[in-house]
Amino acid sequence: MNYFDFVKILSPEIVLLLVAMGIIGMGCRGGKFAEAGACAFLSFVGVLLAVGALIFCAPDGQMAGGMIVLDPLVRLVKFAILAMVAVAVVLLQADRPSYHVAENFAMLLFAAIGLLLIVGTEEMLVIFVGLELAGLALYALAGFARSDLGAAEAALKYFLFGSVAAAFLLYGMSLIFGVCGTTELQAMSAALRKNAQEPILTAGLAMALVGFGFKVAAVPFHLWAPDVYQGAPTPAAAFVASGSKVAGFFILAKFLFIGFGGLEGSAGWGSFAPGWVPMLGVMAALSMVVGNLMALVQKSVRRMLAYSGIGHAGFLLLALMAASAESLEAVVFYTVIYGVATLGAFGVVGVVVRERGGDSFSRFAGLVKREPVLSFSMLVFLCSLAGLPPLAGFFGKFFLFTAAMGAGGILGAAPGLLWLVALALFFSAVSLYYYLLVLKQIFFISEDGVAGCSGEGLGVVPRAVIFLLAVVTVGLGCFPDLLLGPIHRAVEVLLGN
Amino acid sequence: MIAWTFLSAFAGAFLLLLLPGRCHGLARVVALVSALAGLAVAVVVAFQYDQRPGAQAYQFMVLKEWVPSLGIDFSIGADGISVLMLLLTGIIAVTGVLFSWNIGQEPKRFFALFLVIIGGAYGVFLSLDLFLFLVFYEVVILPKYLLIAGWGSTNREYGAMKLTLYSIVGSALVLVAVMATYVVSGIGSFSIFELGSLPYSKGFQMWAFPVMFLGFGVLAGLWPFHTWAPTGHVAAPTAASMLLAGVVMKLGAYGALRVAMPFFPYGLEQWRFFFGALAAVGILYGALVALAQKDLKFVIGYSSISHMGFVMLGLVTLSAVGITGAVLQMFSHGIIAALLFAVVGRMIYERTHTRELAVLARLGLGKALPFAAVTFVLACAASMGLPGFSGFVAEVTVLLGAWVAMPSLLWVVVPGIVLTVAFTLKALQLSFFGKDKAGEGGQAREEVHLYEPITMPEKIAAVLLLATTVCMGLMPTPFLNLVVASFQGDLMRSLLR
Repeated sequence: MNYFDFVKILSPEIVLLLVAMGIIGMGCRGGKFAEAGACAFLSFVGVLLAVGALIFCAPDGQMAGGMIVLDPLVRLVKFAILAMVAVAVVLLQADRPSYHVAENFAMLLFAAIGLLLIVGTEEMLVIFVGLELAGLALYALAGFARSDLGAAEAALKYFLFGSVAAAFLLYGMSLIFGVCGTTELQAMSAALRKNAQEPILTAGLAMALVGFGFKVAAVPFHLWAPDVYQGAPTPAAAFVASGSKVAGFFILAKFLFIGFGGLEGSAGWGSFAPGWVPMLGVMAALSMVVGNLMALVQKSVRRMLAYSGIGHAGFLLLALMAASAESLEAVVFYTVIYGVATLGAFGVVGVVVRERGGDSFSRFAGLVKREPVLSFSMLVFLCSLAGLPPLAGFFGKFFLFTAAMGAGGILGAAPGLLWLVALALFFSAVSLYYYLLVLKQIFFISEDGVAGCSGEGLGVVPRAVIFLLAVVTVGLGCFPDLLLGPIHRAVEVLLGN
Repeated sequence: MIAWTFLSAFAGAFLLLLLPGRCHGLARVVALVSALAGLAVAVVVAFQYDQRPGAQAYQFMVLKEWVPSLGIDFSIGADGISVLMLLLTGIIAVTGVLFSWNIGQEPKRFFALFLVIIGGAYGVFLSLDLFLFLVFYEVVILPKYLLIAGWGSTNREYGAMKLTLYSIVGSALVLVAVMATYVVSGIGSFSIFELGSLPYSKGFQMWAFPVMFLGFGVLAGLWPFHTWAPTGHVAAPTAASMLLAGVVMKLGAYGALRVAMPFFPYGLEQWRFFFGALAAVGILYGALVALAQKDLKFVIGYSSISHMGFVMLGLVTLSAVGITGAVLQMFSHGIIAALLFAVVGRMIYERTHTRELAVLARLGLGKALPFAAVTFVLACAASMGLPGFSGFVAEVTVLLGAWVAMPSLLWVVVPGIVLTVAFTLKALQLSFFGKDKAGEGGQAREEVHLYEPITMPEKIAAVLLLATTVCMGLMPTPFLNLVVASFQGDLMRSLLR
């Protein structure tokens, strides 16, 4: 092992780390440098440098038995996460945090480092460390607005749930380690083939799934999500909902596909077999049902987005059950476009919260009169989430569900997972209802009686970024191959190895 | 070339959104030009379509790769049935714009949404790739909602939401079956020809056919899943009612004819009496309910259910005569329903602000709006299926087909026809020729001047629609030839027994 290679492969993370430290330094120095503009600029430069490092500096390769991995797929996911960090930086700057300005940005970058780490590893300990690094930074980010009771509650809930989940994850991992004698996913899978019947393994796997289920906000480990999405500052919530989900699902896929390949079992109708697929199946079904039904009755748009996000987590878990190359592609594609749409939606929600002092549905009334571009963008984001063509969400869902349909083989007359896919499609149709409720307020209800705008409007840059996200959502819907093609090729490279 | 049908519509919509603020006049012109362009292309295609025996059924084919990793192509083409539907869509587009000429509230957005639906409909009628088909099929959902919720009348939010949810649930059913078909076929292609030529197992067809047919049937107003249609049509603004009844309902029937039926011949065979019975009940039920309505627009709305029953009944006869009749009825009902909705929504409602039959009966509209009266008389005659109008040709053909295939159903259908005459005459008499009790001449003459005279755009549009239905009624041969030429295609031929 060559340490220089190590540095090269990790160069994006290292760059981000240095920039984050620099920002903290600036915050300590105070004055002009501690203002949001300067910090945002520096963070943005940091992200750009990290992207540059990822393109020009970091070679493909594996270090230390899979502790650090970089292959085309990982690279793509890292790109996606870095792009989402950049958007979150812009949103954070637009949000004008009032306390710990510099630390806000530094925490965002630390969270990004954690996510980049978990994406680029195939080793349980690094997964845990990365998850914790990202988690701690995000807990802090959620709670920085210390004068806001909601934020404090959100941060505390997030932290308590998160730490319990982390404990489960770590305990599960230790049990798995006890059975296989290794923490490397590749070696684990080989060892598991011999010890597949070990009951302790089931306990370990279940506990690990609790930890991951928390990260991706799947029922029944979802209870933190609505409070955090609603209470935390909007940019923090946006990043939790996007970047964190991308990384969470990617590593969950890797953990299961690589580490537990061969122990899938089956959740097909009438062909049940024990393994991790049925476990995911339960979580997926519950997430779809609970998430979408609860979203129907929400009064706050952020809570609605949280519950709909839980529903989407169900869809993604469903695709993971297929345990195939297509499902991996579909999950990466869907998390990315879901992240894009969610970031954009939170961006618009942030504007409404700032200007009208709340995010209940009625606060969105008549937004189209005042902010036509933002309203149109919101239409794009919500319809993409609902899965209407020609937006990326339609294609994403189609791909996701088709991949799931292919799982579990074909039993007699029907694909094995048909029952779950049908459930997913039904709840996807249900989801259109609550998204339309928001759109109805924006486009058809007049804004009389809504508290007028305090605070000044949104700057040009965040406005442009939100619009860009909408353009991306439309563009990827019309030309999905722009993203799907690279993912497909990257997965083919992986399979080739 | 045929791609210019939907391209011109989408381009028009896009252009309209870009128009600066208050160019209402320009917006109308852009919309009209765009609709005319589509119609012109459709007419040219109709004349260029090669009907000689031995010619390819599908002509004007275009094939481009779209998402190669999933086997999705941008593949379009037209056979005689598609050509007929293109003509229908083009005519409805032009007349819809003409009947909305005076629209006051945000004409830009109104026409943009209108054109998106038109473009989606063109796309559905041309798609030869199942995925592309679904994209176009679902593109129309959101504009429908926005049009009705934004510009509608009676109970519009309820009507819009109901219609949208029915549509999306219907599409979800279609999606389930399509995904399962794709997975089960295992050929990695969405080409309608390739998927349609595979023999699927009997067990698969037994569930996939009803699911898919029902999904399409929801949009075609198949009883008992029709309830979205009357409320939606009534709530919609005039142009949208015309479009919904004239074109959008046909999308469902077209999908059933083009996808569900040829794909699953065994399922069709087993289920066809069931669906034929539903269609027959729909004919009777629609007519009965229409007889009891007090609101003129509801009468038309329920008559659409009844008439669409003929389409579905014709389809499941599986004979050349029956299917030809169904296609002709799709065209004929599209024209007639559009005309009826235009008279009721634009000519009557916008002038009298009422649609209550009891109120209309006292207004003496026959004298006040002679042009509207004549138009409505002719439209009602066509709707009743009097010889010389298109409705006669179409419904007689369907009945002939049904006579051979399912004679027992005629016991239900024939009373439906009698009732159609009854409710149409009742509506006609009450709306225009009611007893002028109030003033015995004097007051009626004063009221004559209260109403704005029928404008030129309305006259042109009404004459265009009337001319089309009379043309088909007197000279059905060119229309018949177009449909018959389509039976040379493999998929269509496989339907006939």
